[in-house]
Amino acid sequence: MFDYAIFLAYALLSLALVLSFVRLVLGPTLPDRVVALELLASLTVGFIGVAVVATGRSAYLDVAMVLALTAFLAAIAFARYLEKGGHRSDD
Amino acid sequence: MTEGLTAIFLVAGAGFMLIAALGLLRMPDLLTRMHATTKAGVLGAGLIMVGAAIYIGQLTVVVKAVAVVAFLVLTAPIAAHAIGRAGYFVGVPLWSKTHTDELEGRYDPETHTLESAGKPGQDDVGTGEGGRGRDESGR
Repeated sequence: MFDYAIFLAYALLSLALVLSFVRLVLGPTLPDRVVALELLASLTVGFIGVAVVATGRSAYLDVAMVLALTAFLAAIAFARYLEKGGHRSDD
Repeated sequence: MTEGLTAIFLVAGAGFMLIAALGLLRMPDLLTRMHATTKAGVLGAGLIMVGAAIYIGQLTVVVKAVAVVAFLVLTAPIAAHAIGRAGYFVGVPLWSKTHTDELEGRYDPETHTLESAGKPGQDDVGTGEGGRGRDESGR
């Protein structure tokens, strides 16, 4: 039963990854893509959480922490880049 | 007991993250997309972390999971604010059915100054471009 729950969580997260990847490819403007990248990072944090439960290796939580940190820094850096006049139209 | 609770938290968290991704795909413009991903995404990741902390149950793991959740809750609004702000300045189109855009015509993206609709011409920073959608009837 517990295995099925883990499998279901993996399946839902995989579907979410696919959907947000579709938005990353489609996303009409650069900020849309940045939002999609941010969601991808936070989905990966969720994946790591499920992997901690599935494998019992709690050291993976450190990876989740670092990933959340770098995703935040990347989002801030993208926002600064856009605001300070980087490449504006995403053609 | 522990396994049942963990399973509930994991599946609920994954479900919320799926809702976030669905919102990201289906919502019509940048701001509504961020509205979906920021809140539902953080809630989903937080629920999964709570599930992991319950399942392992050691103090160090609980502290790490709490740290991850606190970090997500602290940083997600800041990142969303920064991206939304940058997107607005860059000129990302809003949804065609957007009801109210209070900054429209009152914000100078070059100098980052805000003109008050009530008393136009008060600030000398936003030079030149007077009358750019300014609300003259407000005086």
